[in-house]
Amino acid sequence: MLGYILRRLLLTLPTLLLVAVAVFVLMRLIPGDPVQLMLGDMADAAQVADQRARMGLDAPLPVQFGHWVHALTQGDFGRSISDQQPVLPLILERFSVSAIIVLVAVALAVALAVPAGLMAAWQQNRPADLLIVLGATLLLSVPSFWLGLLLLLFFGMHLGWFPVIGYVPLSQDLIGGAWYLVLPVITLVMIETGVLTRMARASAIEVQRLEYVTHARAKGVPDWQIVARHVLPNAFAPTLTLIGLVLGNLLGGIAVLETVFTLPGLGRLLVDAIFARDYPVVQGVLLFTALIYVLVNLVVDLLYPLFDPRVRAP
Amino acid sequence: MRWHANGVVGAALVGMVLGVALVALWWTPYDPLALNLRAKLQAPSVAHWLGTDEFGRDVASRLMAGASSSAIVAVATVALATALGVVVGVLSGFLRGWTDRVLMALNDTLLAFPGILLALALMVIVGANRWGIVLALGLAYAPSMARVVRGVVLSLRETEYVEASRMIGNSATVTMLRHVLPNCVAPVAVLATSMFGWVLLSESALSFLGLGIPPPAPTWGNMLAGSRPHMQTAVWLGLAPGLCIALTLLGINLLGDALRDRLDPRMERT
Repeated sequence: MLGYILRRLLLTLPTLLLVAVAVFVLMRLIPGDPVQLMLGDMADAAQVADQRARMGLDAPLPVQFGHWVHALTQGDFGRSISDQQPVLPLILERFSVSAIIVLVAVALAVALAVPAGLMAAWQQNRPADLLIVLGATLLLSVPSFWLGLLLLLFFGMHLGWFPVIGYVPLSQDLIGGAWYLVLPVITLVMIETGVLTRMARASAIEVQRLEYVTHARAKGVPDWQIVARHVLPNAFAPTLTLIGLVLGNLLGGIAVLETVFTLPGLGRLLVDAIFARDYPVVQGVLLFTALIYVLVNLVVDLLYPLFDPRVRAP
Repeated sequence: MRWHANGVVGAALVGMVLGVALVALWWTPYDPLALNLRAKLQAPSVAHWLGTDEFGRDVASRLMAGASSSAIVAVATVALATALGVVVGVLSGFLRGWTDRVLMALNDTLLAFPGILLALALMVIVGANRWGIVLALGLAYAPSMARVVRGVVLSLRETEYVEASRMIGNSATVTMLRHVLPNCVAPVAVLATSMFGWVLLSESALSFLGLGIPPPAPTWGNMLAGSRPHMQTAVWLGLAPGLCIALTLLGINLLGDALRDRLDPRMERT
């Protein structure tokens, strides 16, 4: 077990390094000179050269990369061009908004999707299954930003139950702040329940075909016990992997939802920074999100042996 | 028989969208870009089936034009992602060794970014226009295709007919093209079908954020974004494009399921 954990941790290091290289290369590929952008069109060549040297941009690329990674390990993600604020605290503040929504939504979605998927698999090709699959496929086909707009239109504007615009941090007002998060969370839960239900159903069907399930059935074990004792633990591992992917994807991808609900989350920060050509922020968010994605998948892999002990074997 | 109903409904929905997209290349009821400020924000009527938007443009015409631009982007993107993914996957899986290690290291690095995020970053580099989107989304989705193809090729290269092709002295290129590649078609087709859905969704999300095909050219995503200020007074503006995206995605998902059920008989009734 310890060997598995160590091996998996060691494998993360090259991934992280390659991710850093990729972000570095991506940012250098952006057309235009960042220094010129920073100083504006009025700056003359001498000023630009001076600033360039001060920012270390006149050094060879590998040296620049080394400096950058060194700064990163000190927690220095650079400063925003627009307001000269350090990037990392900004990212962390915005991340807390996105993370709460995503974590709550995914937890609720899993709580709905896993039982629904198991039930559909157990009733495979019977009416209950067809209904669940149809429902999940419909949910899967609705774009999150449209569903969000519809919910906002109905529950926000028409019924007036929820605020339509704005955001209050939970740290300031727990109940009032939570009110702003209800609709975004419901939207995400609906969308992700579709994906996760289908996955849970597919892996449960695979497991159900195995001999130990037939054996348990032959012994006369009640249905619910077979599902709880034999199907669920074995079918959960692939769903867990998907949960990891969904979590990571959402952290980067809820920019659209944050736009619909005007929430100051990480995705919105990235999009605003792209529009403002604030490249240190873009770079920071990209790197941060990729790091979170890698870490979430690491945690999923580390949890994996709990559900599928075969993985532990070297 | 379930895949049958799925497949028929899915094919009908996708076929309808493609049909409309094709027609819109030559004909729409009104010019999708023509402004008519006297007829702005009109509710659906006989003259304007789906009403008009804030500039008096005919919504139905814009939806049709949006269908063709989405279809073009989706087809080009999936083609690019599939081509790149298949080349990388086949080379990697068939040649193994250092080619495999280097290609997969690069591949997995790209996979370490959520797809939409990678596309956003690439959009900054290639610029917000139709071919920029194709390039960005194509590069973002190619790695998953490469992974799947590599997996298939790894098992194919151990089969007897591939072994036989090597034994009779065929070069690696001939073996790959004649014997390995054709056998990848089924899994590639399944993945490419779902990819259409992801691309449509990402493209409309990018347009919604204002990073896709720039207005005034209509896309379902930027029409949806444009409808937001008028959501309460002109509900049809927000309903129509969203419904188009949802129905198209539903068609693609149903078609993808039908295709997979057919190629993977385990999911059928036992």
